[in-house]
Amino acid sequence: MSWLEWLVALLAVAGSLFVLLGSFALVKLPDFYTRLHGPTKATTLGLGALVLASMVYFNFVKGELSLQQLLIALFLFITAPITAHMLIKAALHLKLKTSAPTSGKQNADL
Amino acid sequence: MKSLKKWWPTPVRSLFLFLVWLLLNNSVEFFHLFFGLVLAWLIPQLIHKFRLIQPGMKNPGAALRYGFMVLWDIVVANMQVVKLVVGPNKNLKPAFVKIPLDLTDNLSITILASTVSLTPGTVSAEVLPLDVGVDEPRYLLVHVLDLADEAELIQQVKQRYEAPLKEIF
Repeated sequence: MSWLEWLVALLAVAGSLFVLLGSFALVKLPDFYTRLHGPTKATTLGLGALVLASMVYFNFVKGELSLQQLLIALFLFITAPITAHMLIKAALHLKLKTSAPTSGKQNADL
Repeated sequence: MKSLKKWWPTPVRSLFLFLVWLLLNNSVEFFHLFFGLVLAWLIPQLIHKFRLIQPGMKNPGAALRYGFMVLWDIVVANMQVVKLVVGPNKNLKPAFVKIPLDLTDNLSITILASTVSLTPGTVSAEVLPLDVGVDEPRYLLVHVLDLADEAELIQQVKQRYEAPLKEIF
């Protein structure tokens, strides 16, 4: 295996790991507000790494020009914070319960 | 010059649409070039009337620096979040924090809120109060996954993200 293939493998595995952990956060964390952190951050980075792996593979290993993946990254980075914002706004509106140790509830009017 | 303005009301957006179209198709064949050009002309024409005028960039160099800084911070923030996720729940100290804003225009507040959501253990929830004039002070309500020190967090967001945004716009 050339070092480029090692790089692709590393990026793909690291990316998948981050996506997995981001999804794991959805199951494991105590309340809705904390669970939101998993998909907005870990999954963004994980998908970023996967996209990068795909770009390295097609452009350098296969040797064909392919920049489509940039669009995936672009749309992802624009939409992820907006999705999170809409979800947490809805949660605040419905006054969802927070886990016990949450501080600053008065700031959020809960 | 006047007709140029009429046919291409927003040249930068047209160029952007053209490039996105080529990227979507992943090709530079004549047909795609031609259709991309048609779309780059048609879409700005259709949406021109709905356009909200946004402030221009004063300092593109600072914007580029800001972009790279945010990319790096996303990587660092993720390591931290992953560590918190794997660790036991009882060590988490979630909190809602109000960050007072110096920024006033909607575009830079949007960028700040998105950055805050993508970077250090925080998700922006709301810009409050909702019903004030443009020039009145507002604050950003964020949810923090693991709060160490409230004043320090506010300081960090203001220095690291808000200050460069004030330079850009």
